[in-house]
Amino acid sequence: MEGRPATTEDIIICRDVHKWFGDFHVLRGVNMTVKRGEVVVICGPSGSGKSTFIRTINRLEEHQKGDIIVDGIELTNDIRNIHAIREEIGMVFQQFNLFPHLKVIDNITLAPIWVRKWPKDKAEKIAIELLERVGIPEQADKYPGQLSGGQQQRVAIARALAMQPKIMLFDEPTSALDPEMIKEVLDVMIELAQSGMTMIVVTHEMGFAREVANRVFFFDEGNIVEELTAEELKIAIEDPNQAKEERTRLFLSQIL
Amino acid sequence: MTTTAEKPPATEVGVLGWLKKNLFSTWYDALLTIGSLAFIYWVLRGVIEWALVKATFSTEPGICKKARAAAAAAGETAGACWSVVITNIKVFMIGRYPGEEVWRIWASLGIVAVLAALTWWVWRAEAMREKRRWVVIGWLLSFPVITILLRGFSEESRVLPLVPTDLWSGLLLTFVLAIVGIVASFPLGVLLALGRRSTLPALKVFCTMYIELIRGVPLISVLFMSQLLLPIFLPPQMRLGTVLRALVGMTLFSAAYSAENVRGGLAAIPIGQYEAAKAVGLNDVLMMALIILPQAIQKVIPAIVGQFISLFKDTSLVVIIGLLDLLGVAKAVTGQTEYIGLQKEVYLFAALIYFICSYAMSYSSRRLEVAMGVGER
Ligand SMILES: Nc1ncnc2c1ncn2[C@@H]1O[C@H](COP(=O)(O)OP(=O)(O)OP(=O)(O)O)[C@@H](O)[C@H]1O
Ligand SMILES: [Mg+2]
Repeated sequence: MEGRPATTEDIIICRDVHKWFGDFHVLRGVNMTVKRGEVVVICGPSGSGKSTFIRTINRLEEHQKGDIIVDGIELTNDIRNIHAIREEIGMVFQQFNLFPHLKVIDNITLAPIWVRKWPKDKAEKIAIELLERVGIPEQADKYPGQLSGGQQQRVAIARALAMQPKIMLFDEPTSALDPEMIKEVLDVMIELAQSGMTMIVVTHEMGFAREVANRVFFFDEGNIVEELTAEELKIAIEDPNQAKEERTRLFLSQIL
Repeated sequence: MTTTAEKPPATEVGVLGWLKKNLFSTWYDALLTIGSLAFIYWVLRGVIEWALVKATFSTEPGICKKARAAAAAAGETAGACWSVVITNIKVFMIGRYPGEEVWRIWASLGIVAVLAALTWWVWRAEAMREKRRWVVIGWLLSFPVITILLRGFSEESRVLPLVPTDLWSGLLLTFVLAIVGIVASFPLGVLLALGRRSTLPALKVFCTMYIELIRGVPLISVLFMSQLLLPIFLPPQMRLGTVLRALVGMTLFSAAYSAENVRGGLAAIPIGQYEAAKAVGLNDVLMMALIILPQAIQKVIPAIVGQFISLFKDTSLVVIIGLLDLLGVAKAVTGQTEYIGLQKEVYLFAALIYFICSYAMSYSSRRLEVAMGVGER
């Protein structure tokens, strides 16, 4: 392949990514490069393709055109590549998607034991450390259904981190939460961002973006309409009219 | 301000409290309670009188005739005469299984009892988690061990002479058919259910056709076909006895129903579970085995156990292909001249055994639901 600018700096490279649902053109040539340790926020109106885009990165959705390269591995139909990439990427969903039939601790240790083949005691030790990191070590022996939404989402973050991923994807991690629980989840995410994790976060929480995002992408109709740096974002949050694109201004004034 | 815990009012606790709350809380509740009790008494009185009060339990020869004559002379209806059940109890249990080899059946029951006790003991304590796998291995091993124990090696063998499966009969045969049928058909059903949901068109079509075909014909015709067709399909050196062919038929039949039950459970699993499993890096086999199937099966335990219970009762259809299960033995016993007129006793006894076993299954299913549903609330 010609001219791949794959410096080891760039951990995710998306080039001209297209996807269709039947006749519907959801992703219309998305280009995005994410550096190691970078925190990227994606926002935009409902139905603009944000979820679809980040789900193509770990192949929960298949892209039909363009290239996606994660940590030097190209995402093709080769099942080995897909698994290799999934082992490097942790994902946190809007609806938590914890495994309801397993205890919190078993939710976290499952993949390390079965995929990474760690011995059980090592996996459990790390799981407890992660539960401490997300602030709920006392919930290890409960079932997900016995936890509050905020606690469940923090378990989901711990579960994703247990595989020691290089990248974390978040798809609206606080949208299903009651307002009083949003902060406890965002605090965990902020700590994670400051620890140097590469993160792509779909969210409308501008406070979070302002605090930790290196860049913010605005999506509309299946593509990026505007990209803001951290400084530009701070200015745009003060005054949405400072954004270049009309659609970004409109969107910002709606959510702020 | 302090609060003090008070005892609940006396009418709320104890037997009286329960009675009042559940049976007599309003005047029409009371009426319904009394009415139902009267109805139950009216129905049961005749049965109890016949089966217990007026019944004869002696096994003295000719006692039944005497009892009946006495009742007729007194102008009353005679009670049950249980001697036919008591004298033939061994026949009902093991039929034609040779009497001197009965210890092998006791030994098998012993193995099952020990395993059941171990299972209960190990599953009760969280600390024994690590030992669970050994119990599962024990159960898996018990199948070949008990098969060899019951069947033996060869006619010349000193230790375990051959008992051909044709001689397995009575309740023993009923149990063998039901247990092997259940244990073999369930995994097959799971595979069929997965096949039916598969994205591979050939597999999907095959599984769908198989399931619909089997569900479209009665068990009796499957049993006949397994008797007649299996010898044609299998190579001549693989000659299966009637019992084995019946087992194959029952397993193939039951698997189709298990498959539909499991499919119902699979349909109830949200797509997010698949996505989360993939996202943490599980491959398709692990995803199914660790995340999807445990939840799907848990959701349909009542349906699956219901189907196991019908399979257990349906084993009685093997009479038609000439096997002597519990009901077959019952039929044979009532056909003997000395027991003429004693069908009621024999069939009631058989029904009681079927009921006890079915109820035990249904009860364990409810216990299992409670035990597995911990995380649901
Ligand atoms: N599996 C699917 N089949 C068909 N259309 C789909 C599917 N998933 C998503 N879509 C459509 O694709 C478009 C983009 O969906 P997507 O979920 O990516 O939007 P989004 O930007 O995440 O929106 P939201 O903010 O509501 O989550 C929407 O119009 C949606 O209806
Ligand atoms: Mg979305």
